[in-house]
Amino acid sequence: MSTESAEKMTNGSSHRASVFLHNHVRVRLALLLSAPLFWLVLVYIAALVALLVTAFWTVDSFTGIVRTDWTLDNVITVLTGSLYQAVTLRTVGIALLVTVVDIVIALPIAFFMAKVASARLQRVLVIAVLMPLWASYLVKAYAWRSVLSHDGIFQWIVQPFGGNTPGYGLPGAIIALSYLWLPYVILPIYAGLERVPNSLLEASGDLGASTWRTLRLIVLPLLWPAIIAGSIFSFSLTLGDYITINIVGGANQMLGNLVFTNVGAANNLPLASAIALIPILIIFVYLTVVRRTGALNSL
Amino acid sequence: MKLSKSSRVVLGVVTGVILAVIYLPLLVVLINSFSTSRSLTWPPPGLTLEWWGRAFQSEGALDAILTSVQVAVVATLVSLVLGTLISIALQRYKFFGRDAVSLLVILPIALPGIITGIALNNAFRTILGIQLSVYTVIIAHVTFCIVTVFNNVIARLRRMGTNLEEASADLGAGIWTTFRLVTFPQLRSALLAGGLLAFALSFDEIIVTTFTAGNGVTTLPIWILQNLFRPSQAPIVNVIAVVLVVISIVPIYLAQRLAGAETVPRARG
Repeated sequence: MSTESAEKMTNGSSHRASVFLHNHVRVRLALLLSAPLFWLVLVYIAALVALLVTAFWTVDSFTGIVRTDWTLDNVITVLTGSLYQAVTLRTVGIALLVTVVDIVIALPIAFFMAKVASARLQRVLVIAVLMPLWASYLVKAYAWRSVLSHDGIFQWIVQPFGGNTPGYGLPGAIIALSYLWLPYVILPIYAGLERVPNSLLEASGDLGASTWRTLRLIVLPLLWPAIIAGSIFSFSLTLGDYITINIVGGANQMLGNLVFTNVGAANNLPLASAIALIPILIIFVYLTVVRRTGALNSL
Repeated sequence: MKLSKSSRVVLGVVTGVILAVIYLPLLVVLINSFSTSRSLTWPPPGLTLEWWGRAFQSEGALDAILTSVQVAVVATLVSLVLGTLISIALQRYKFFGRDAVSLLVILPIALPGIITGIALNNAFRTILGIQLSVYTVIIAHVTFCIVTVFNNVIARLRRMGTNLEEASADLGAGIWTTFRLVTFPQLRSALLAGGLLAFALSFDEIIVTTFTAGNGVTTLPIWILQNLFRPSQAPIVNVIAVVLVVISIVPIYLAQRLAGAETVPRARG
């Protein structure tokens, strides 16, 4: 801003501050960043680092109080214990399956919403997909318990065709988890498809490409970051879940259950922290791998 | 690419079936809220309004709703401020460590809730020696609500560009005036959308909440978890779920209208 026009404005300290900030980009940036970074680093990162450290501490078996004696026992237990290995494999397997199921379901509905439906229908569909997000997570998980129960609606629908409800167990957990995270996967993929210009699809068609070829060579590469963004949600949310598996998963345990028991009933925070390192490690590997695709910008 | 009529129809049918599956469990919840059966019997042996009457007199449920609203309102307001600040910094400035900061913002939702939960639980209790309370819940909720505000605001800032702000500065407006009269009005609907999502996220959060809530702090999800498996309370939980879904139509509709009014009508192929 020029000096004359600045002088024309009301004088005063707020004006002087404004001019000062206008001329000092670094100060402006520091002011913008200080509060949010203070929060995220001091609350969140500090807590994560503390968690990492706690994994190498021990708990006094007599008083139940955490002692700051350094030990590798917790980490060794978690890495070598057959229970932990089995549960880790099961959890990652469930998370991958849920992610695949969600992507397969999300692709056609997102494509219909973004490229086929009229503007009006599109708006209705977005609302229809968003609305279940407002229903309580617990109630939806519990609804699946009632749907999958042996005298529930699933049994009632499939029985005439000779089918049977999967009941409570791993299939039930995978169904319920896929259901819970589906909107989180549909929305980024839908947004990604919205960004694919129709002109590109028309050009591809005009140049003689079949629909499949256009989908494979034009749409999919452009959509990839959005698909990965959606997969981060379903994968990460499943990896940490311990409530849904309790409600519809029968006696099966996931990593979250082990963490939860060790924080609560067993009162062994160091061991719980060591177990928690597994999902952190998995997610970090996943994020590092997908970061190159630019997916993190479409979250 | 020209989709044939039949593939359009197939896509439409698939979409319809998916939506039906999405709404089936919600429908079951709705019907069960009228069912005379306390267990999960289908079809319901009979219908009753008893649970609806009892739900509106359930002090535990009403208190829990109030607690959840308080937590969600405070968490949303704090995350609106922090989320807006950090989006402006990341969108309008180039600085060393920018990538690290943007990764830091999304980390609380990229990492599973149980990690955030146990990390904060451990930090409060073991490291800082603080008693868990309603404030620790709010601190935890802000951490993962920032990102929803951030996503909405940064997308808007990207689309806005800087032309109007530069014009405002050229015409002599100071930083505050430009923010108040030029930037903020353009951000308003993005803030509303981000705020609504943050509110919803906080209102429904159970995992992080379980790990950070003090004794006696009962948010609605905690109350629901406590009562879900009690035969005398489960039908009331169904009623509350139905009421919440119905109420949620209003903010979703508003957010959609706001978003819709701003998108430029585009030609469809």
